[in-house]
Amino acid sequence: MLHAASVFLVLYAFWLLLSGLFTPFLLAAGAGCALAVLAFARRMDVIDREGHPIHLGWRALFSYWPWLIKEIAKSSWDVSRRILDPRLPISPTLARFRPSQKSELGLVIHANSITLTPGTVAVEVEAGEFLVHALTREGAAGLAGSEMDRRVAALEQKASP
Amino acid sequence: MSAVVDALSWACLLAGGFFCLVGALGLLRMPDFYTRMHAASVTDTLGAGLILLGLMLQAGPTLVAVKLLMVGLLLFFAAPVAAHALTKAAMTRGLAPKLAESDVSAPIPAFPSPPAPLPGGERGAS
Repeated sequence: MLHAASVFLVLYAFWLLLSGLFTPFLLAAGAGCALAVLAFARRMDVIDREGHPIHLGWRALFSYWPWLIKEIAKSSWDVSRRILDPRLPISPTLARFRPSQKSELGLVIHANSITLTPGTVAVEVEAGEFLVHALTREGAAGLAGSEMDRRVAALEQKASP
Repeated sequence: MSAVVDALSWACLLAGGFFCLVGALGLLRMPDFYTRMHAASVTDTLGAGLILLGLMLQAGPTLVAVKLLMVGLLLFFAAPVAAHALTKAAMTRGLAPKLAESDVSAPIPAFPSPPAPLPGGERGAS
């Protein structure tokens, strides 16, 4: 029920922000559309902890994302330097390692974070095993037990009751 | 708009443009498909992010800025999924990455059977 209410609010806010017109007709149409989408989503059974992970809460937004953005900027800069270096100092490496997340949501957050960070791409994502292509040997070596791994695991653990 | 915000906005736009160019250059310089993905991700994370941030500063606190933020969020979620799908598809098709070390102690891409090459198709970039 909490999830359904939150989905409705998010959808309605999305409508209002995109529309920017606050006439009675459009306000009512927005509410109607948000309710309709909510009904479809309920029928498809996608309103759950995985489809709408509000239990991650503000911590994900204000602690994990800023850290991730900082990491993205750092590794973007590193990859850019390598691209601009005339010697092209890359050492492409495939690495398998065991992520420490338990839930599928945690694994997806970890894999997406790896891929979002330039220099590493998650190729295969399984429960106990990630296959990652890294641009450099160092990048591949730093994956197992990384700070990202710890942070996502902490996010996931605090979130699950 | 104050001159400071304008200057910040232009700094973001120029830096974003720079990273987009670097990503494009990387696409040309990298040796194979997988390494090119890394170059492309510079463009769609820092490049696109900085340009969006610069445009948000230009827009000021308006609905336009909110819409730009939504574009950013969409990229933030869609880009890694697309990159993962591409690399996984390439790996499943049997496109071997060019690696720094060819002596793989553990057999890394462990697929049950190597997929047949596409008939007559050109395999892989480069």
